[in-house]
Amino acid sequence: MPLRAAYAFLLYTAVLVLPVGALAVSADADEQIVRGEYLARAANCMGCHTAHGGEPYAGGRRLGTEFGTFVAPNITPDPGTGIGNWSRDDFWRAMHHGRRADGSPLYPACPYTQFTQATREDVDAIYAYLRTVPAVDQETRGHDLRFPASVRPLQRVWQRLYFEPGPFEADPEQSEEWNRGAYLVRGLSHCMACHDARDRFGAPRADGAAGGHAQGWYAPSLRSSQEAGLQGWSLEEGVALLRGGRSGDAAMMGPMADIVHDSLQHLTEDDVRAMTEYLRSLPEQEVTTSVRGTTVSEGRLDELMERGQAIYENRCMDCHGTSGQGTVAASALAGNRAVMLNDPTNVIRIIRDGGYPPSTEDNPRPFGMPPFPDLSEADVAAIVTYIRRSWGNDGASVSTATVGRTR
Amino acid sequence: MGKLSRKLTVFVGLALALPSAAPADEPVADTMQQRVMPCMACHAETSINLRSGFVPSLHGKPSGYLFNQLVHYQEGRRHHRMMEYMVRNMSPEYLLEIAEYFAGLDASLLDAAEPLDNAELRDRGEELVTRGDPSRDLPSCKACHGERLTGAEPNTPGLLGLPSHYVAAQMTAWRMGRREAAEPDCMKEIAQRLTPQDIYALSRWLAAQPVPANSAPEAEPLSDLPMHCGSVQTPE
Repeated sequence: MPLRAAYAFLLYTAVLVLPVGALAVSADADEQIVRGEYLARAANCMGCHTAHGGEPYAGGRRLGTEFGTFVAPNITPDPGTGIGNWSRDDFWRAMHHGRRADGSPLYPACPYTQFTQATREDVDAIYAYLRTVPAVDQETRGHDLRFPASVRPLQRVWQRLYFEPGPFEADPEQSEEWNRGAYLVRGLSHCMACHDARDRFGAPRADGAAGGHAQGWYAPSLRSSQEAGLQGWSLEEGVALLRGGRSGDAAMMGPMADIVHDSLQHLTEDDVRAMTEYLRSLPEQEVTTSVRGTTVSEGRLDELMERGQAIYENRCMDCHGTSGQGTVAASALAGNRAVMLNDPTNVIRIIRDGGYPPSTEDNPRPFGMPPFPDLSEADVAAIVTYIRRSWGNDGASVSTATVGRTR
Repeated sequence: MGKLSRKLTVFVGLALALPSAAPADEPVADTMQQRVMPCMACHAETSINLRSGFVPSLHGKPSGYLFNQLVHYQEGRRHHRMMEYMVRNMSPEYLLEIAEYFAGLDASLLDAAEPLDNAELRDRGEELVTRGDPSRDLPSCKACHGERLTGAEPNTPGLLGLPSHYVAAQMTAWRMGRREAAEPDCMKEIAQRLTPQDIYALSRWLAAQPVPANSAPEAEPLSDLPMHCGSVQTPE
């Protein structure tokens, strides 16, 4: 081949091939960013890292816990106040090992204890996505924690004692769908960060107990069909609840309404089915959450029930039915496990503050529960006790003092 | 008698006894009226008490105005713990439907219950509301809220039948940056050009006005507005 022809050929192929190669790389990068955005939704990063009314991922949201108040940091690519100087490896170390870029330990308020299950590929995708969100120059305030939680280096000890890095190991005995569900539930979606019990050091309890507390609500056990477990539910019912926010007489309220709205409703049906499949398969575990607060004595019970019934007939019956059977607009209370939880926090909150389940594709125009701020603590104790112990319900009674402590 | 038949008797007895013991259930309808029951815990009134009221009545207000406020609570431009909690997880379409529902309800605004005897205050309030202050680039309230001060479709609320303390609180919140609207936030600009004394005078004057027989907002948007005011995006 003459030299000129060879050059021409080379030039030709270069012109032809190079842009295609560049395009392929950028298509891969785009795809990674889109996947990262989806995974950031699944992990609901925004739930903590975006303040109410604030710029996306710029931090500032306060998270009250028994250890003090955590302030979610800015994770936009701003180099000064965000994580703009973090490398891909830094981000992986945070998600997988619970280490910040400077090597100091993260607090488990950020559920790296669950994120550690995520694959390198998925964590890299989230990193790639977070590089694309607008950088926001916003300093967030430091955490306001009590001693000894306030001493960050002690977290290294905590990690040594309680933290086991991932990654997720698939169970070859189970289906691909089950494994996908397990990967999401235990990993990025970090369900158990709230739904499992923690000990007084904020670590998972040694006995594996379930049922935790978050944002002033009780996060019922996903390991028991008496609490919020999906054992015994059909796949369709479970998917409707997780993705649509409502299924039969179960409706997502409080922080779970936020999570459906911000995260779960945006996931693919396949992923939510996989999560449901996994949750349905969790081995039934005895409820260990003890009855929270104080109950009332047998002698006072009749009086309380009578008072509760009077309030029920006056304020609740029109929507919930004469015998708690529910209507199109309101869940049945008879046989409703959320009403009878040993920890009555949620039912007390819902009666006081009301609320709506989220608007979703399946349930775009949800009915809601009115708040009853005018009911006294004694009234709330009476009505809660009444609905927990009528129509075959067998929940524990609830004292006025318990209502008073539920804020 | 066997154990099972005894149980059955008890069951049948209960089943028979129940309907007569308990009042009959009225069917609950699948309506917007039912859906806004939580709102009605605080917003059921068709008017607001001019002396002691603070929770505004939403009845008959322009739907665009109400929709904007709901979105402001969601997006952090207005602040109220309960309102933020209630609207947090609602779609724009649902918020608009709720706004339109309230806009369609009849208001019955209460007439002036706050007499304004102080002549100086009265003159200053009247001046600001009806003519504004061109030297400070302040348009009159009437320029946007209508000659009758009853607002205009789609986004401008009426200013009558409101307690002076409510109007003053809103204007002050705007002035301090605690209440905001979509950009350009014209009410913020106006509130920042007012002094606290101005706010007091115009709030008192507005609350002293009788409500006209026709208190509905102007059906058509007003023309020749002195400022351009922003609005949130309405869903299709």
